[in-house]
Amino acid sequence: MKTDMKRRVFLKGSVAAGTMAVVAGAGLLAPQAVMAAWPKKAFESKKADAALSGVFGSGQTEASDKIKIKAPDIAENGAVVPVTVTSSIAGVESIAIMASANPTPLVAVFNLGKSTSADVSCRIKMGKTGDVVAVVKAGGKLYANRKSVKVTIGGCGG
Amino acid sequence: MAKKSIKIRAKVKGEVTTVKCLMSHPMETGRRKNKKTGKLIPAHFIQDVVAKHNDADVLTAEWSGGVSKNPYMAFKFTGGSKGDTVTISWTDNKGNSDSASAKIK
Repeated sequence: MKTDMKRRVFLKGSVAAGTMAVVAGAGLLAPQAVMAAWPKKAFESKKADAALSGVFGSGQTEASDKIKIKAPDIAENGAVVPVTVTSSIAGVESIAIMASANPTPLVAVFNLGKSTSADVSCRIKMGKTGDVVAVVKAGGKLYANRKSVKVTIGGCGG
Repeated sequence: MAKKSIKIRAKVKGEVTTVKCLMSHPMETGRRKNKKTGKLIPAHFIQDVVAKHNDADVLTAEWSGGVSKNPYMAFKFTGGSKGDTVTISWTDNKGNSDSASAKIK
């Protein structure tokens, strides 16, 4: 009887250890899965269309003035260009920000949760004067708007 | 954690919670050259950012080296209330990661 009880305890213990190992395994695997999700091709692509299709599966966009881009007309420092993208389109799923004149145009992609408003800000780098393009995915369609930002290198703006 | 690489401010006003955060990271594109040696500085930038409200994802982002050094990010979501936790974490291309959380004010 006694030995039987001990066997029970031992079994329980080993099962618990087993689940722990599984949890640890999942924990180890998770970062790799995240890395794989990062669309490397899209971010390395030198063309805006190709970058878009890498992220959204399509490079076709529809111009829309419902997307508002807040960015300076003249950026004195191309290394830090504050950009805010807002959109009044319903059901926005994700927002991509691109700098058309950069060697790799795609800068950032934001995937919004259900309760998240289409209002995202960040600071981007711009190699030279060009357009900041915001692409919004809503209801399976892509909408885009652009704003030109002049990047002045050196002291005086202009 | 020895170094705090993320600063978060979360404020609720009416129904909308505004989250602003600053992360400290070099964000090297891999295109810049070291002026002294002429060698390329290897790319080192944040690839993935995840923002959570309590336990639900509110925003995930994928970045390239085109995001400025010491990145700033701001976004808004509804459904937050005072005292809730906002957690932001990032992973960079070298596999480093960090996360921080703050209470909504």
